[in-house]
This record gives sequence, structure tokens and C-alpha cells, in this order.
Amino acid sequence: MAERLVVGIGNPDRGDDAVGRLVAHTLRVRAPVDVRVVEQGGEATALLAELQSVQQAWLIDAAQSGASPGTIHRIDCSVAAPAIPPGTVSSHGFSLAEALGMARALNVLPPRCIVYAIEAADFTFGAAPARAVTRAAQDVVERILAEIAIPPRPSCHRRPHRAPVTDRQ
Amino acid sequence: MTRKTIKVDYLARVEGEGGVRITFDDRVVSNVELRIFEPPRFFEAFLRGRAYTEAPDITARICGICPVAYQMSAVHAMEDALGVTVSEPVRELRRLLYCGEWIESHVLHIYMLHAPDFLGYDGAIDMAKDHGDVVRDGLELKKIGNEILELLGGRAIHPVNVRVGGFYRAPTRREFQPLAERLRRARDIALTTVRFVSGFDFPDCERDYEFVSLGGAGEYPFNAGHVVSNKGLDITPQDYDAHFEESHVKRSNALHSHLHGRPYLTGPIARYSLNSALLSPIALDAAKQAGLGPTCNNPFRSIVVRAVEVLYACDEALRIIDAYQQPEQPHLDLSVHAGVGYACTEAPRGMLYHRYRLDEEGTILDAKIVPPTSQNQPSIEDDLKFFAADWLDMPDEALRIRCEQAVRNHDPCISCATHFLKLEVVRG
Repeated sequence: MAERLVVGIGNPDRGDDAVGRLVAHTLRVRAPVDVRVVEQGGEATALLAELQSVQQAWLIDAAQSGASPGTIHRIDCSVAAPAIPPGTVSSHGFSLAEALGMARALNVLPPRCIVYAIEAADFTFGAAPARAVTRAAQDVVERILAEIAIPPRPSCHRRPHRAPVTDRQ
Repeated sequence: MTRKTIKVDYLARVEGEGGVRITFDDRVVSNVELRIFEPPRFFEAFLRGRAYTEAPDITARICGICPVAYQMSAVHAMEDALGVTVSEPVRELRRLLYCGEWIESHVLHIYMLHAPDFLGYDGAIDMAKDHGDVVRDGLELKKIGNEILELLGGRAIHPVNVRVGGFYRAPTRREFQPLAERLRRARDIALTTVRFVSGFDFPDCERDYEFVSLGGAGEYPFNAGHVVSNKGLDITPQDYDAHFEESHVKRSNALHSHLHGRPYLTGPIARYSLNSALLSPIALDAAKQAGLGPTCNNPFRSIVVRAVEVLYACDEALRIIDAYQQPEQPHLDLSVHAGVGYACTEAPRGMLYHRYRLDEEGTILDAKIVPPTSQNQPSIEDDLKFFAADWLDMPDEALRIRCEQAVRNHDPCISCATHFLKLEVVRG
């Protein structure tokens, strides 16, 4: 079982929704070999299965919060009830937020769990992602590589009574 | 006259976008409208001009929950058009693939969508806080369904190994062995699931449905048999269009389907009521222990029937794997000619009809697809017309929840049907 996990979430053929998978695609080549990198369509139970027994996880998905395309939201889910920006809704209404909620309820949320949600605008079938979004993907690759290189501080571990941390760029 | 309206703008825990509006005038349900506003998806038009070989992969994209059903109906219809019948080992592999999809789809509905209704939770996450072990079981069971699709279909969603005439590649017997171990564990969890859901508190609601499913093939139906009903229908899929008609109603982007002008029901309780004697002994025994008779006319007990079908799917998958011999050829070599092909198979939500007309080069000239949710819309509305008057004294919120639950009894897949939910109750 991999201790460290990267999951890129999205549909590669729906414009900006591909952004999570673009990040995973690059990290598959550049991340240390012991980091498991997977791409998923966003089905919650499949994501839950990946999170089991993992110590550190970085999850990348497209989001729609009203910010400009390419805006990067970094959300530390190791704290209580993180606010995940709304993104694309998967079948039966289960998406990333529901998967993380279920992981927390079942006590299988990795001790260090970071979500990068990249603001998206265009979900046209067959379209390429916008330049602002692909640039953001490159930035997120560098940020995750930097975070992977630094061992988690004890303060990164689950602290259930802290407020959620969100920083936007 | 006093009027009351219950309105659910967006039905939760169903697949796709739709709503329900129920109007009560003087304690009588005067109108029920199941509104499907998810836009039409025009798959039948996409298929025109494409090669017959493309239909299984194009139609699989109609649904992320039941892609195997679309692939199965497509390949059987094409094989009917081309006048070929696949070998017995390939037929068995198709049953195995369907077992995987029934496990995936039914378990998702039982644990994530429907059980919270019976246990009084807003959703599966809240339920998981109090019933963590139960939800863990459900997730493990679903994962084993995924594993069947991954091994035989190439991936868990939208499998890529299905082709007209068989499979691109048939796994070796050795490749199936780890799956057999997992399925023995799945069968144990499935039995526990039947016992768990049979303990729920079910409203006393029964209706005299006209049940329609496949039957008469001497096996619990996946992809073979006649189209039969409990009111005397017994036809081949080739005669489907002479008995069933689709019509457009303004409130729905999914066509309504009727049998000789009558609403009918397809899906787990129809399949069970017409075929329960064909379940494997372990599934039949579990059904009896769970309080089910040979038929089931209470739609709220559909969760128990789904659990029995999951148990059957695990048991049937094990039977197929134990007897499996890798076919010498995973698919037939086909010669193409003009023709019309018809097929019905049993998607988790009910019967799925496909019809294709091909030219001499195998190009699709026209296509017709009738998904189960489209067929069940009139019966879902009739359930609410029939049952909701007895619930009128409930507080508004409880009434709204009960009405939503009545819709979820049938696990509607709106995205399939539009190729649909909002609840709106008007009390008079």
C-alpha cells in the first residue's frame, strides 16, 4: 500500500475539467517513485477505495466557485469539515466533497490530505482546457512536488477542532 | 376546496436531474408530475451513420452506472440483425459481466441512496457516522463488483472489452482465481446485507402492478428470454414495437412508455416476481428468510429484492468462474449484411430495449433505445397517486421525504431516461 498518493480527478475530454488529470499526468513522470499517482473520473466510492490506508494524499480537481479561471484553491482537509468549492457533479450526486465526507465519517481520511481545486469555466465536450487553467496546472505540479519533498510536520496531522484552511491565489 | 402542494425541485439521491410535484385537493391526490428536465441527449441520432461495431461503446456512454446493460443490449441486437448466436462460453462471460454491474449498481443504491431513507438520515455520510461497519461492507461489496468489470471489461466504468460477436479478449482461468476468492467474501457480505435491509420498517403499500421482464429462458434473466408479464404478455424482443409505445409528455424530456396503453413496471421487483423460482438456492433461501414470498408488490421492499439480487449475482458469478473454460475464440467472425436487429436485456433498473436497422455495409440507418426509467415513469407517478393520500396527515417535511423515498424505490436513472428529479407537493 502506497504511503503517499496523488489523485487527478476529471474528464479528459471536457475542456477545463481535464485539469486534475493534467496535473497527475505530469506528476506520474516527475514525482518520486514511491508516490502512487492515479487518474479518476470522480466516482466517490473509487476515490474512497484509493484513500484507504494512505498516510498522505494530494487530490486535484476542477472547481467552480465564481473565481476567475485558473485560480488555485488549496484546501487542507486534515482539519475539520473543509469547504470544498463546488465542482462537477458525478453520477448520483457523489463527488469529491462527498467522498471526503464519507472518508472522514469512516475514519479513513489520510492524516495529511490536501485538495488542490483549480477554477474552471468551460466544460465543453471535446474542447481543450483554457491556457489559464493549464498554467495553473503547471503551478500546482510544482507546489505538490515541493510539498511531497517536505515531510509532514506534526501540525499537519489531523486536528479535528481547527477551522478549515483555504488559501486562494 | 383545500389545496396542498408538495414540491421537490431537485430530487436527491437519484441519478440525473428531475423533480416531483404532487397536488392534493380535499385529501385526494389530484395530480402527480414527475418532471424530467435534464436535457435530451440524442444518442439515437448520434448512432445514425456509425458502424454497427461502434454501438456497444457509443451506447455505453449513456450511463456511468449501467454501461454494461447498454453494451449487452447493443451486441445482442446487432447479432440478431446479422443472424448469429455466440458460443456458450461467451454467453456465460456476458452473464458474468452483468453480475459485476448488478453488484456495483444495486450496492450503490442500497447503501448510498436508499438505506438512509429507512434509517432516518439525510444521506449516506450521516448514516456512516453511526453505521460505519455497514457502510464499509457496502463499499467492499461494490469494489468486488468493480473488480469483475475491471478484469473482464478492461475497466470498472465504461468497459472496453465488449464487441459484437463476443469479447476482444477472454481472460484465462488462472486470471479468474483471485476473483473467486473475493467473490466468496462478497457472497458473505451480500447475505449479511439481505438480513440487514430486511429488518427495516416498511410502509404497508402494495399495488397490483403489471410486471414486465425477461423470462422463460430457464435462468434468472440477464440477457436471454422472452418479454413476459404477469398479465399474460409473452413475446419475443422482435415483437416489442407491436406491443409497447412511447409518447412525449410536456413535463418530461424522457419519453413515457406504455404496454397496450397501460402503465407497467420493470426492474427488480418485476424481475423477482416473474422469476423468483429461478434464483439459486442460497438466494432463494435468503429471500424467504427476509420475508419475501414468490412475488413482491410492495415497492418499498425493492431494497430487499435488490439485496437478494446482489446475493444471486455473487453466487452466479462464482458458478460461472468455477465452471469457466477459456473459449478458443473470444469472438465470432462476422459477415455483414443488411438487416434489423432487436434485443432486450436486464439492466439493474429493469428491461432495456435496443433496435437497429443496418444497411448492407453494417452502417446504422436508425436506432431505437428504450431505457427502464423511461418505461417506469408512469408507474412511479401512479405509486404516488395511489399511496400519497394516506400520508397526507404527515408533517410537510416528513411527507416530502416519504414521497422522495417512493420515487427512489425504483432507482430512477434520469440521465439514461433522457437520453431526470425536483419534488413539489400541492395540498388542497
